[in-house]
Amino acid sequence: MSKILIIAEHDGTSLNPATAKTLSCALDFKADSVDIAVFAASGEAVAKQAAALTGVNRVLQIDNAANEHPLAAVLAPQVARLAADYTHVLGPSTTFGKDLMPRVAALLGVGQLSDIMEVRGSHEFRRPIYAGNAVITVEAPSDRTLVATVRVASYQAAAEGGSAKVEALSVDAQLPDHTRFGELRGGSSDRPDLQSAARVVSGGRALGSAEKFELIFGLADKIGAAVGASRAAVDAGYVPNELQVGQTGKIIAPELYIAIGISGAIQHLTGIKDAGTIVAINKDGEAPIFEVADIGLVGDLFQIIPELEAALG
Amino acid sequence: MQKIMVAVKRVVDYNVRVRVKPDGSGVVTDGVKMSINPFDEIALEEALRIRERGEAEEVIVVSIGASDCQQQLRTGLAMGADRAILVETGDRLEPLAAAQVLLKLIERESPELVILGKQAIDDDNSQTGQMLAALWDRPQATFASKLELTDGKATVTREVDAGLEVIEVDLPAVVTTDLRLNEPRYVKLPDIMKAKKKPLDTVPLADLGVGTDAQFKITNYAPPEQRQKGIMVEDVAGLVKALKDKGLV
Repeated sequence: MSKILIIAEHDGTSLNPATAKTLSCALDFKADSVDIAVFAASGEAVAKQAAALTGVNRVLQIDNAANEHPLAAVLAPQVARLAADYTHVLGPSTTFGKDLMPRVAALLGVGQLSDIMEVRGSHEFRRPIYAGNAVITVEAPSDRTLVATVRVASYQAAAEGGSAKVEALSVDAQLPDHTRFGELRGGSSDRPDLQSAARVVSGGRALGSAEKFELIFGLADKIGAAVGASRAAVDAGYVPNELQVGQTGKIIAPELYIAIGISGAIQHLTGIKDAGTIVAINKDGEAPIFEVADIGLVGDLFQIIPELEAALG
Repeated sequence: MQKIMVAVKRVVDYNVRVRVKPDGSGVVTDGVKMSINPFDEIALEEALRIRERGEAEEVIVVSIGASDCQQQLRTGLAMGADRAILVETGDRLEPLAAAQVLLKLIERESPELVILGKQAIDDDNSQTGQMLAALWDRPQATFASKLELTDGKATVTREVDAGLEVIEVDLPAVVTTDLRLNEPRYVKLPDIMKAKKKPLDTVPLADLGVGTDAQFKITNYAPPEQRQKGIMVEDVAGLVKALKDKGLV
């Protein structure tokens, strides 16, 4: 009998789409029940959104002032306490889940499985290694709790239309005070969220400067897309870190991905291989990005972007 | 602070295009260039800079693995670490076991700060630092892009999906590094010569009493599904037409 607990990711008011994708993965287990835990200072609004997802049995709302910010050291003892009632504990493979879930696993004295991309059975999975250059099939032991993260780019968000019961809960766990939240900078943008957007326009080092990178933002706004970037563009300081797509940035799966001035290092390609259609625009016809692109155009991006914007207008 | 401990993993060099063996039993590693995991190199660089600023006395670089990990530890010593410890084992350790081993070294050495890479580029797990912090019952500051130390505390800027998060942790603590924390130095030849004289202790894993039984069984390795090469268009008009044909604009 499988009972799954999902740890919700949210910002205090909205449920992050990664949670609904983690739920889709959980539903592939054909488990007896799937519950979602919302840890927050005041999680009513988020719990309501979680309860509206189809396939959820119960939403556990754990309100505590200490849970205002998602500090792994504070959340992990609470998750570990709840885990006693479950066979599986899942989180998204986002910076939130990657920070938290290994700490939970270690408190439980079990290993952790990272980046589930396919569920083959309640304890058999596939996951990528070596920047996606290999995919392994892994069997997990069934005699202990399985703690895992879900590669959210491999899953569609679970649909809404459910009406799960929300239960307020207090968890009896000793919480540390050695870790304190300071501030969160950036992230406020009217543009679509990179991780869940249907369309993404990404720029690379070839843009040459932060000023010229504005061309990417302009095109993205024109077609209602999120903006991404290669590691090189982030390292060069053209755009902030949260726009990085790739092995060590965000792994995304938009319907349309337009890569402009990005050569296509393997570490970047691993972040986009689940995209529906990849468009590559690059002046070097030999760039590796063209090996994976569905539509390629060789040329000068400074000419092409304005032309493309005009043509799409 | 007295000591910083940095854990490094020997991995296939990041420039190598890793291939799966035809029989699905693993990936090809024979004759392949091996290096310090790039994130761990950043971890070591950060520790060295802290020491060079006079905020730490000693940097210890440690690794777990077969005797050939000594190459990576020697590189760490050449970069500037004061001494090295290799926990020697022929077994492949999962992150939980690696964290248990590192905890044993912490108990011996009592560092105030432990820095590791945020993930190793072979297994891409991103677990060991967090697990170590949990077992040690100390704070963790993962995915660090900035690290400042002031009287017994660390202020760490973390690269998170939503932007940059700043947290403050009491020391001792575990920090895991992201790409933009620093740019590691190049090792110069005289440093390599000097590193040969620096102490490198070897501890058999058995002496630490940590079990290495794997919890997860890998039953198959497969190459990823390849995307098919698509079409090339001549100009923007061709691009727009192709997008329209697919119903994307």
